[in-house]
Order: sequence, then C-alpha cells, then structure tokens
Amino acid sequence: MTAVANEAPARDFRLIDSTLRDGSHAISHQYEVAQVEAIVRGLDAAGVQVIEVAHGDGLGGSSFNYGFSKVSELELVEAAVNATTNAQIACLLVPGIGTVDDLRRVRDLGVGVARIAVHCTEADITEQHIKIAHDLGMEAVGFLMMAHMNTPEGLLQQARLLESYGADTIYIADSAGALTTNEVRARVAEIVGGINVPLGVHAHQNLQLAVANSIAAYEEGARNLDGTSAGLGAGAGNCPTEILAAVCEKNGIISGVDPLALMDVAEEITRPLMPRAQVVDRAGLLLGYAGVYGSFLLHAQKAAERYGVSQAEILLELGARKAVGGQEDMIIDVAVELARKHAAMEQTS
Amino acid sequence: MGLPVAIIGSGNIGTDLMYKLGRSEQLDLVALIGIDPDSDGLARARALGYEAPANGIDWVSENPNAVKLVFDATSAYVHVRHAKVLAELGITAVDLTPAARGPKVIPPVNLMEHLDAPNVNMVTCGGQATTPMVAAVSRVTRVPYAEMVSTVSSKSAGPGTRQNIDEFTRTTSKALEEIGGAEIGKAIIILNPAEPPILMRNTVFCALPDGTDHDAVRESVISMVADVAKYVPGYRLKQEPVIEEGPFNTPGGVVPHRVVVLLEVEGAGDYLPTYAGNLDIMTAAAVRVGEAIATHQEVSA
Repeated sequence: MTAVANEAPARDFRLIDSTLRDGSHAISHQYEVAQVEAIVRGLDAAGVQVIEVAHGDGLGGSSFNYGFSKVSELELVEAAVNATTNAQIACLLVPGIGTVDDLRRVRDLGVGVARIAVHCTEADITEQHIKIAHDLGMEAVGFLMMAHMNTPEGLLQQARLLESYGADTIYIADSAGALTTNEVRARVAEIVGGINVPLGVHAHQNLQLAVANSIAAYEEGARNLDGTSAGLGAGAGNCPTEILAAVCEKNGIISGVDPLALMDVAEEITRPLMPRAQVVDRAGLLLGYAGVYGSFLLHAQKAAERYGVSQAEILLELGARKAVGGQEDMIIDVAVELARKHAAMEQTS
Repeated sequence: MGLPVAIIGSGNIGTDLMYKLGRSEQLDLVALIGIDPDSDGLARARALGYEAPANGIDWVSENPNAVKLVFDATSAYVHVRHAKVLAELGITAVDLTPAARGPKVIPPVNLMEHLDAPNVNMVTCGGQATTPMVAAVSRVTRVPYAEMVSTVSSKSAGPGTRQNIDEFTRTTSKALEEIGGAEIGKAIIILNPAEPPILMRNTVFCALPDGTDHDAVRESVISMVADVAKYVPGYRLKQEPVIEEGPFNTPGGVVPHRVVVLLEVEGAGDYLPTYAGNLDIMTAAAVRVGEAIATHQEVSA
C-alpha cells in the first residue's frame, strides 16, 4: 500500500468525501463517535482532502421530519476534527433547516469548509449564509441540489448568484441520481464557461452512472468531485470514492488519493456498519427514473410499512407532485392518502 | 363608524391587507401608504378611493389624528423606526414584519392578552399557521418537543423572506415554545418552485409522552382548526390528524408517539392568487387582531 497523504501530491481535482454526511441518510443518522473517528482516520490516511460531517440533511437536520441523530452532530463534528491530521472537515447547511448559528458553532470546533445547499432554483436564499461563512474564515461552497430540475442555462444563472455572494466553489448535485451522462456534460460545460470559481459535481448512483458522470464532469472542467466510501448515501447511494479513485488512476487522472487504501476503508470500516447493501434496487432506480430526492427512500419505506401501502407507489406520487428536497413530510401525506383511497376502493368493490 | 386605520407598505402584504380591510366593519381603512408613487399597490388604492401617499411614515406624523391604528407591512429594519414614531403619536401598531418590538400574537391562542399593547407582532406566516396546532396539543398534554415544516411556493416568497430566512426559523420556533406551549420548538421552511404553484402546506409534529389521551389530542386539533378557519377560510386539514408509533428520540426526551397534523392554506385570492396562502394567513390574522383591538377600545372608551 502506498502512502500518499503527507506528500501533498499535485492533483487534477479535489475529492470531497461525504460518507459522514450523505452516508448518514443510509444509516438513518445513527452514527456513533467511534465510527466517525475510524472513517475519518481511514480517509485522511488515504489522502482525502475534505471530509464532510453532519446530519444527512445538514446542520440542524436532526428532527421528526428527517430523523433524529443518535449522537449530536456537534459531538460527531468535534470527533472528526480531532481525528483528522491533514484533511479539512466540512459541514453542509441547508438554509431553512439550519441557521448561521449552526455555522458559528462548527467554526468554533474547527470546521474549515461550509457547504451551503439549496434547491437549484432558489440560490437567492443563501446570500446571508455564504457571506457569514466567509466572514468566519471558512471556504464557502454554494451547493445547488436536484440539478436535474433546472436547465444548464438556469443552473448557470443560479451559479452566478452564488458567485456574486462570494462562493469560493460552486457545486451541482444530482440529488435524485436522475441525470444521464450527456445531461451532466451539458450542465458542467455551460456553468464552467460562465463562472470564475471552480465547479464541483455530486453524483448519485440511481441510474448506475455516478462514476461515469463524475468522470464526464471532470472531462468537461469540473475540478471538485464528491463521493462516499462504498457509495454509502441517500437513495441508491453516492459515487463510491474507491471506484472513482481506481477509474481515475486507469484514466491517468490524478486524484491524489490511494485507491487501495480507500478500498480497505470501504471493506473494513464502512461495509460492516451498513444496515442494508447499497444497491440499485427497484425503489432506488425509481428515484432516479422519476427524479425524486434520494433521501426520501427510507422514509417512504417506513411510511409504506406504517400505512400498508407500496413504497414504489409513494415514490412515484412524490415525483408527480414535484416534491423538492426537504419535503419529507409530504411522504406521510401521500401514504395516508393512498391508504385512504385503497380503503375506499375496497369498500365500493 | 369603525376604527380609522392605515397600512404602511404597499407591497404584496400591504396590498392584500387593503382588500381584506375593505370588507371589515370594525375597521375603516383611510390610507395605504407607500414610498414609491408608481407602485401597483398605491395605484390600486387610488382606484378604490383610499388615500395613497408616497411619503411613508411622514404621512402619519403629518396627520396624527387621521388614524388610531397602523398596520406595518414594510420590513423588520424599517419597522424598528416606525415603531418609535407610532409610539410617540400614541397610535397602536400591528407589526407584520419580523421586527418583534411588541408581544407576539396568534389570534386563537393569546389575542385577548395583548389588546392594550401599543405594538403587537404577527410572528411569521408559518407561525400563524402552526402555533395554534401546538397550542391545541399542549392544552391536553405536555409537549416536550414540537416541530413545524412549512412549504411555500417559490413565487409567494418575497425578497424579505429570501434575504433573511433564518429570521423565519428563529421567530417561528420561539413562537412554538412561547405561545404554542412546547418545551422545545423547531421550525423548517422549504421553498417549492413547482408550476403551477403549490398551495401553502404546513406539517406540525408534536411529541406525545406516555399516557397521552390520543382522542383528546385529535379532538383538540380539529376544534382549533375550526377556530383558525373562522378568520382564514382557506385553512384546513389535509388529512385527519394521525398518531404515529415510535419510539422517537426527540430533543425533549424519548416519547412513544407523535401526532402529525397536515395542513394546507388556500389564500382568498385578494391580491396574489390563491396559492399564496402564506400571505393570506398573515393578513387575515392581522385583520382579526385589528378588529379585536377596535372592539376592545370601543368598550373601554
């Protein structure tokens, strides 16, 4: 195994690992301190530059609507900061869920990167958060979610707004894993040509395209890529960092991370804590197919069990209603309504 | 003769309020005051025969006896200045901004406590929609933790909300605690850009401790919905209140159940279309407060 962490190699792009944020969805926000420490140490030693830690729905996400964290995210963030040697710790904040008070708290703990996430048409609610992240001395990343719901031109316009507020980096997130490779290329090419800060792409696996889309994004000029260990994440999971690193190496793209070390982390630390295999099953594929927010998956499963309706039916209805990220409460609404409809149909028949 | 009142702020909220005040028997709208003579709101006010000055709060200072109560639909920053002027003139202020200079008022819960206050605050649209539900639960059981999620159409979220979305979550979560009676409150707001625009939706979750009478919770919620619907006709339950089984590890402790109240608010369509129930619930609640103050002053006089 090669040790690359301390050599600060020249890299062709920056890898941001979100196992401890997006991956939190897949384990219903039940991370414990020891797991966080082990993952951070493993990723840090493998050469990952930025490690994101937070509730899956960002700081302040612990709630009825998104699920309560087992351990307070501040405790987990603090553990991550203490466990890292080289990697920076990042936090995600969704305005409307968390506030700048949360940013201040994690800054005090030593978090260096603030990712301010917003639905891909609503960038203008992030101005305050991006400015304050900057004032606090953090790198401010503007993060546009559900990027399949806006056109390349529309995304560029939103990216420019983020840039005008002072974002140091801009991201588009395929939060539903709904984008095809051509669609990713078109979006990245359009945005890269119209902004003066680096662009990043956060891919999901619902159409089994996360790695291919990330490589395509790189080829079109994206210089930040997101992944998670073993693909642990919302919905069908994220771009698996160990696979991305392996593909990069074969393509001659310098990721600066050690694929073998990442494979060890995935196999020995991440997989053992997974409650279910991170695969593209029917529900996972449906999310990407219907363009539904990945985090809805497990909440829809729970509601389906509770109300005796089909998870697939719930997910399709959420797509039809054009639900956006954060509207987990709509899952209960849909499930109750479906149950009522079914009961009414049984009565009439 | 009703109580003479004016509105400051000729944007969406002020203009919508103008139409609602036009139907009030206890309140006589005298003027819609703006700062831009070309604004759509002022043009509409002129067409309806109201005074429509464009010199802001100065109009009130120059005509100190013209009105007894002013609805402020400007912004939190501006209201801080207005609050001072109005207090000096002895004019009651109903504040529709998040400035919160006076006590927060949620009509079906605490209106009667603040009828003599010189300045009352209308909290937020989401606060108006959800605090009554938390209060409905907390009047029959202890509520260690309550949470609201408000989803509004992107089109109905104005620049004031967008520039300071944290103000919404902070003010609303406080209202769930101070007025709703929850020990810990949390507020979440989501903007949805779907076309055609969605109606305002609100979901309220309350933690239910062991031993809670679930039927009493349901009945109390249904009866409170009816109380709000008296002054916001488009306010309704999307589904019957549901009790879900946990356990839930809330910040207020582990509880065995939660109640989920799913609400939607259809606007009256006075100024913005009916999807903007978030705007409607603020203006309708403000009218309700103004009318109660008018009745109270009449009785006291």
